[in-house]
Amino acid sequence: MRKEKQATARMRHLFERAGFGATPADIADAAQSPVRKVVRMLFKQSESYTPFTIIDPEEYSPKKQLKNMAQNGMLDRESLKTRIKENAELVRDLNVAWLDQMASGKGALREKMALFWHGHFACRAQGRNGLVMQQYANVIRQHALGKFGDLLIAVSKTPAMLQFLNARQNKKNAPNENFAREVMELFTLGRGNYTEHDIKEAARAFTGWSSNIDGEFVFRQQAHDTGEKEIFGKTGAFTGDDVLTMLLNQKQTARYITGKLYRYFVNEQEDKQRVDTLADAFYRSGYDITQLMESIFTADWFYEPANVGAHIKSPVELLAGMRRTLGVQFDQPQPQVFVQRTLGQTLFYPPNVAGWPGGKNWIDSSSLLFRMKLPDYVLKAAEVNIRSKDEADVNAELLAKRGKNQFTTTINWDEFEKPFQRVNDEELPETLATYLLPYPLQPVQQQLLAKTLKPGQTHSERIRTLTAALMSLPEYQLS
Amino acid sequence: MKRRKFLNKSALATAGTMMIPHFLKAYETSHLGSGAPAHKILVIVQLSGGNDGLNTVVPYRNDIYYRERPGIAIKADKVLRLNDEVGFNPALEPVRGLYDDGLLTIINNVGYPNPDRSHFRSMDIWHTASDSDKYVQTGWVGRYLDANCSGKTCEPHRAIEVDDTLSLAMKGADINGLAMLDPKKLYNQTRSGLVHSLSENKPEGQHENVAYLYKTLAETVSSADYVYDKAKRVKASQMTYPGSELGNRLKTVSELIQAGVSTSVYYISIGGFDTHINQVNQQERLLSQYAEAANAFMRDIKQAGLVNDVLLMTFSEFGRRVKQNASNGTDHGTANNVFLFGGNLTPGKVFNEAPNLTNLDEGDLKYSVDFRSIYATLLRNWLKTDDVAILGKKFDTLQFV
Repeated sequence: MRKEKQATARMRHLFERAGFGATPADIADAAQSPVRKVVRMLFKQSESYTPFTIIDPEEYSPKKQLKNMAQNGMLDRESLKTRIKENAELVRDLNVAWLDQMASGKGALREKMALFWHGHFACRAQGRNGLVMQQYANVIRQHALGKFGDLLIAVSKTPAMLQFLNARQNKKNAPNENFAREVMELFTLGRGNYTEHDIKEAARAFTGWSSNIDGEFVFRQQAHDTGEKEIFGKTGAFTGDDVLTMLLNQKQTARYITGKLYRYFVNEQEDKQRVDTLADAFYRSGYDITQLMESIFTADWFYEPANVGAHIKSPVELLAGMRRTLGVQFDQPQPQVFVQRTLGQTLFYPPNVAGWPGGKNWIDSSSLLFRMKLPDYVLKAAEVNIRSKDEADVNAELLAKRGKNQFTTTINWDEFEKPFQRVNDEELPETLATYLLPYPLQPVQQQLLAKTLKPGQTHSERIRTLTAALMSLPEYQLS
Repeated sequence: MKRRKFLNKSALATAGTMMIPHFLKAYETSHLGSGAPAHKILVIVQLSGGNDGLNTVVPYRNDIYYRERPGIAIKADKVLRLNDEVGFNPALEPVRGLYDDGLLTIINNVGYPNPDRSHFRSMDIWHTASDSDKYVQTGWVGRYLDANCSGKTCEPHRAIEVDDTLSLAMKGADINGLAMLDPKKLYNQTRSGLVHSLSENKPEGQHENVAYLYKTLAETVSSADYVYDKAKRVKASQMTYPGSELGNRLKTVSELIQAGVSTSVYYISIGGFDTHINQVNQQERLLSQYAEAANAFMRDIKQAGLVNDVLLMTFSEFGRRVKQNASNGTDHGTANNVFLFGGNLTPGKVFNEAPNLTNLDEGDLKYSVDFRSIYATLLRNWLKTDDVAILGKKFDTLQFV
């Protein structure tokens, strides 16, 4: 019995970290197999990749184009207004489509990695440019488990990133250093591993990188500085691609990326020796992300008590996880955006290029109270009397709307309840906790949970009451 | 209680407070008074979206201003003149009296080097007080809390944001401020579900994250109790406030101040200032809401005899371009004005020179006052704390308090 619980706890931990949790039935199922086999299955399930096609490039016209069309008499004022409003809704639709994908459990590991890369290569939707955000999302999802070098090059050339980091303003004789700085400081080497001179010179190498109105990368030869640059002590007529290659050649990039992955997937407290070993292998493998993640998820230390419950779930992890575990479907998109905004993590809207700070930064008095109340909103349609802040940007006003005062959801309780049908009343709280929480219940919590039950409840009602209560515990915020 | 008296006495005995560690001083003084605060209070009002400073404090004698804004400039005869150069947008009429009484100071041309024109990023910079090429995860008010508390005095309610969610400005490394739309609502939240029982039952021996979550929970409940308890003993303010959101929130602040809550910093934000299209009506509506609320608040504070203890600051993440756009609106710009209300301000009214419209940076105003100099002044001269520790470096202080 104890062994069985341990296996369940391990699988809960694995599914939480390598995805967005799982249904109790899936966890129970996986607990019958050795860890290696389950890990292999997770990678197998994430092998294929389907791009988002919420926004059809053939149909999509950015605001500028729409305005031109209106000026040329191709659109009347009303249609112009409608089309601009529809564009604004597209980023929101994309946001919810991604959340749906995360909550579906399909390719969960790929989506979890993509969420990590979204925070790493943080790029923020500006105005109503839905199409470029879709491209950006597809690029990080496509390369999420591939070679880090391919990912770096591809994401650096997305119009979304080029616009976000002022590539278009980076021209021969008038360099803009924004991209060159962030690619070193945040995307590859980390602070302190380059000089200001390296940034200045690299910015020259990136001149000419731009994008066209169709949302494609273009290299504008006439804006490119073809002169010699001195970067990392080497001199040559380097191009932007050359700089990315030089960054990948530095072992420090492997160390920096591995450290960040370890802190996100294993423990915010880095184990230096472990990360060094992993980084060596990562570098030798040519930055093979799959290989690195597989060695993390199959390591014995990954399952050590010190690493279990060591991660504070981000708002997206919390929401997608709750949906996954209970098979929750929302009738409306807006409440899901509202939850993200209220808790401080909206997909496609990271605070800045440094991404979400994460960890304890997610938690303050109001976010904690809201997190603890979330199961009531999602499972019991409790009235929501909280408002998120107004959006400063008039173009993003739609995001700030909450929608109705109650969430309308459907929950797949039948599927959820399956593994608990034959668990007796006395064992029920502890058994549910094994599937939902990183730690066993303490006696005082057992007592509190018991008080939430009402006499005469059916077994199924007991399961539902206890689940809502367990999901409102502070411990549920951890994975 | 005894310790408090002792400290207070010893403070007097040494004819000064030099012997007392700063955090203790802040703690003790805030508990001395019965009702009125013995400490200074800072109220921050954030105008989100980038308020157009040039149509707020109007350079009504400047030809360039009228040339660049043919569709939206405020006509000279409509402007409420403050001096030979600038005057208020007529919508600010309700605070004109405060200005005449010397209770309002305007600082022009406030900004920072290498300004960012994105709302979010620029707000981030104002909240964290960072350089524009650095990313900082704590806010300046949060770090004020960090620097001024230790042990039991680390209470979230020492800085209150009157809202449902907490801004980055209010987040410190060790302690965060408290978001609270009103005391009763927060109190009810902490009485909902398992919140209160859990706050009293911290589990033992688990990961430090668990301890952190339970500590936050306990602090929240305790702060909610404290504020609710204090607030309910005080009569509602007799002053008539406008029914706007800002009016309601400032009324809450006034009641908390008069209830003697030991809060040093209050934070409020209101939005809608991103006026790309048909600016004039929208901005005047917002400015008039703002002016009516600010006026009611300052009158209320004055009536309560606290006008020398309360300072209200208003800022926006950036100003707007000098030249209007094709939709009778304005696009994102740079430097902007900051308003300061209070009785303890150095008389100056319009603190510095009007914006120079002949010397622009690609169509945008150049800043002459770093906003962190204002923060430094507020921290050092108003809240009497270590500005350098909080801001990470030394900024010149200004002579407005």
